[in-house]
Amino acid sequence: MSELTGYNFAYLDEQTKRMIRRGLLKAVAVPGLQVPFGGREMPLPYGWGTGGIQVTAAIIGDDDCLKVIDQGADDTTNAVSIRRFFAKTAQVATTEVTEDASIIQTRHRIPETPLVSGQILVYQVPIPEPLRFIEPRETETRKMHALSEYGVMHVKLYEDIAQFGQIATAYAYPVMVNGRYVMDPSPIPKFDNPKMHQNPALQLFGAGREKRLYAVPPYTDVVSLDFEDHPFEIQRWDGVCELCGADDTFLDEVVVDDQGARMFVCSDTHHCRSRRGEDA
Amino acid sequence: MREPILTARDVTREYAPGQGCLGVSLDVWPGEVLGIVGESGSGKSTLLRLLSGQESPDSGTLQFIDRHQTVWDLCSSSESDLRYLGRTEFGIIHQNPRDGLRLRISAGGNIGERLMGVGERHYGDIRAEAEKWLAEVEIDPSRIDDRPAVFSGGMQQRLQIARNLVTHPKLVFMDEPTGGLDVSVQAKLLDTLKRLVHDLGISVVIVTHDMGVARLLADRLLVMKSGQVIESGLTDQVLDDPHAAYTQQLVASILQVN
Ligand SMILES: Nc1ncnc2c1ncn2[C@@H]1O[C@H](COP(=O)(O)OP(=O)(O)OP(=O)(O)O)[C@@H](O)[C@H]1O
Ligand SMILES: [Mg+2]
Repeated sequence: MSELTGYNFAYLDEQTKRMIRRGLLKAVAVPGLQVPFGGREMPLPYGWGTGGIQVTAAIIGDDDCLKVIDQGADDTTNAVSIRRFFAKTAQVATTEVTEDASIIQTRHRIPETPLVSGQILVYQVPIPEPLRFIEPRETETRKMHALSEYGVMHVKLYEDIAQFGQIATAYAYPVMVNGRYVMDPSPIPKFDNPKMHQNPALQLFGAGREKRLYAVPPYTDVVSLDFEDHPFEIQRWDGVCELCGADDTFLDEVVVDDQGARMFVCSDTHHCRSRRGEDA
Repeated sequence: MREPILTARDVTREYAPGQGCLGVSLDVWPGEVLGIVGESGSGKSTLLRLLSGQESPDSGTLQFIDRHQTVWDLCSSSESDLRYLGRTEFGIIHQNPRDGLRLRISAGGNIGERLMGVGERHYGDIRAEAEKWLAEVEIDPSRIDDRPAVFSGGMQQRLQIARNLVTHPKLVFMDEPTGGLDVSVQAKLLDTLKRLVHDLGISVVIVTHDMGVARLLADRLLVMKSGQVIESGLTDQVLDDPHAAYTQQLVASILQVN
């Protein structure tokens, strides 16, 4: 990829990166705590991962290898643009192979391939505050976090069961981190929640619009909230992936022809291809 | 040996010279209903906020004894402790149910919130408890999944009461709980309140400017004027034989209406 001149390494200036890194250190020190940071304007609109990009820009180095996924796919517009952005502004290697990546920036999924120690998963977060649905005031939600006043999180789950007979929340399913802070895991499917628990990789979260950072350090407890008589459950499918036959992955329903025929396939495109022997 | 569960001494919160709550002392005894009456602006709501830890006084002392006989100095308690007391030992019934309810959450969720806030994690138990409390406050339990936004004013006030009483607080503060309701609804609600207070043996501090409400619910009355308590005593005593000229006026004003 051709080198871009006139920009600092990874686009952000060094002072901003240091500021973000300080925020990240605090976030890692207090797992699940939302740390405010002075977010910068990025050359793309909010909702396209500006928070995740700033985190990635602050931690990426010459010898890193970057993978970017959007809904599990490496080849969507958003994922491709962000990968190109760093290939140009930081001249780093990029990959679609989960095992080869040192940094994985993600929107809406955690890779199926188990992550290992040394890898960093960077989440793009639209709404970092899990209490926002019930409490619009920032001063009040901060107080609720500080005092561990989390009863209302269960009120939300109670309402789900009362209305739908089960906990219907399927994405951004709230978790308790390290037994202390309730955290919004970003809009990943609850299918991925168990992967956050005791993960050997470092998990970093960046919310661009709301200018918040938070983190789950390696090997940290992450527990999905539930009721004794309505325990947390992940999504399940009747069938298997129609491309690779996997019966243990998150499946997307895709339309395959003009007649509206549909099939279920792995949402994690790299995982699916490697199971079919297509990736090295 | 019985002792007051709440003791206030010289409690003062002065917003402007002569305005607010000035040097009020009182005791609240277990199981009693203490009424606070007085004209508009006399400091009733201010006193209630101070007693319930929603606001801190400029000076004075406040002592509360909880169900475990732990003695709390409310003036030096941390905000965390005060909020804990607020959802376990205290109940607060606002005049406007909108201030005390979550309008977009179902009736069951509103009642269950305090249970979940103190660690209850069994959906079936929470729901059963919510149904029981709806019945207690005479709301049809089949309304459990309705939102309070579609309830009448009287039902909203009943729901607010259920939501507070579900964790069996020891001391409930009410600021004009029947204020916004029409007379027949008010009367029924007062009956319910009287029964619950009696059955549960809770203590209540109730602010009202309605001498009829005071007469029906309160065992003792404090009369406030310009931030100070100017007269106190058993309710019948104060209403039938008021000493201060101001109290005589207050009482006379309702007698004329009747
Ligand atoms: N937050 C505040 N800031 C400034 N002044 C206040 C505040 N709250 C109350 N006051 C003043 O303190 C005095 C007592 O007010 P308070 O609301 O306690 O009266 P009240 O007896 O409850 O009246 P009402 O019957 O009308 O509800 C009034 O002069 C009021 O203007
Ligand atoms: Mg008032």
